[in-house]
Amino acid sequence: MDQVPGAGLAKGLAVTLKTMTRRSHTRQYPDVQPDLPPRSRGVIALVEENCTVCMLCARECPDWCIYIDSHKEEVHVPGAARARQRNVLDRFAIDFSLCMYCGICIEVCPFDALFWTPEFEYAEHDILSLMHEKERLGEWVATIPAPPAHDPNGEPSKEESKAGGR
Amino acid sequence: MPVWAELAIRVLAVVVAFLTLPLLVGQTEHKVMAHMQGRLGPMYAGAFHGWAQLIADGVKFVQKEDVTPRDADRTIFRLAPVIALVPYLVVLLVIPLGPSGLVAQPLDIGLFFVLAVVGVGVVAVLMAAWASANKYALLGGLRAAAQLLGYELPFVLAAASVAMAAGTLSLSGIVEAWRPWWLLWQAPAAIVFFVAGLAEIRRPPFDMPIADSELVFGYMTEYTGLRFAFFLLAEYVGIVVIAALTTVLFLGGWKGPFDEQLGWLWTLVKVGAVSFVVIWLRVAYPRLREDQLQRLCWLVLVPIALAQLVLTVAVKSAL
Repeated sequence: MDQVPGAGLAKGLAVTLKTMTRRSHTRQYPDVQPDLPPRSRGVIALVEENCTVCMLCARECPDWCIYIDSHKEEVHVPGAARARQRNVLDRFAIDFSLCMYCGICIEVCPFDALFWTPEFEYAEHDILSLMHEKERLGEWVATIPAPPAHDPNGEPSKEESKAGGR
Repeated sequence: MPVWAELAIRVLAVVVAFLTLPLLVGQTEHKVMAHMQGRLGPMYAGAFHGWAQLIADGVKFVQKEDVTPRDADRTIFRLAPVIALVPYLVVLLVIPLGPSGLVAQPLDIGLFFVLAVVGVGVVAVLMAAWASANKYALLGGLRAAAQLLGYELPFVLAAASVAMAAGTLSLSGIVEAWRPWWLLWQAPAAIVFFVAGLAEIRRPPFDMPIADSELVFGYMTEYTGLRFAFFLLAEYVGIVVIAALTTVLFLGGWKGPFDEQLGWLWTLVKVGAVSFVVIWLRVAYPRLREDQLQRLCWLVLVPIALAQLVLTVAVKSAL
């Protein structure tokens, strides 16, 4: 293509000059917060009330970074034939030095207790400090983004279509 | 005004130029190079777009330990950075800034003086290279010797062409004699002079003696702290000097509209523009290999410079 001698040299100069006139790509991160894309995988937040200690997340976790302790509690309902039992969560911890952010725990949670949040500034000086207990995981609940809006061209949900039919 | 006061003012002006212009060029290089690569460059030092970055660098260099290797030739090793720097300071003395004697030291053989003094830079490089007692430094020094001696020839020949055209060796005299059509007539010499000048100050793409990817840092490998900073400063003063010489010899120095009042501004603007091109070339082109470097010098630049000399003589005797 470039048969004119020196065309390559001129092109090199042109490219650098053109780049100089454009905006640079640098993000001024600590000064300017990044605008993260939707569904960013920053950290996993725990809504403690929703957890039933079903242990699905801990068992599905590929690198076993979720620690769950619980005990059973008897619930006496007046007039009932026998006391009921329920699980009470004692400890829920995720070791983020092991977590590989696959999100399987969030996928398998049947009760919507785990959520992705885009919060990412939780670096520590010590790798052992990356084990975060349920109190810390609960703090991140505030940063859970609203679920994305439904696709206007998508199929309506069953509830909507069934209710509309009646 | 008494003679001593005038002398003091002139010397002070040169020292101020010597201390500010290279920093200005260096800062411009940081910023221009960054933006040409889609980056921002320094942003923190001095709070506004990193304007104080080079000052911060200077402070850092002063704090560093000044190491002299055990096997080094101590005296020569310590002297080399100074010898690299001083010639450029001396050159700045004779470069005219504006008309009617706006020059620190008018000299009838200014061009001859400048070429001779710039040549001293080679000695500094060889001193640094040999005294370091380091194989990388030595290799860099050998490359530098081959390069600098080779490029001295087209450098001088191109300068000779313009001196012949003007009929004087005085730098102010050359600018006086300069006419806009010389831009065309002396264009080959201008290009040869500029390219050879780049090679003289070992700027990329002619930085084979430094070649940090293969020779660590060439003849500067063993230098630390302030002495290393001197070498870096010499490089940036070198840019200013080469840009100023190109301006004075080939771009008409202070010539321009209203040059009686604004001559100094025209010189500075032209020096700035040429310095920008020096930076631009650094960003755009990769380093020349050693054999390509010598081939460019002996098979391209020297013949062009000689042909330009013939052309200059022909036109000069025809007029």
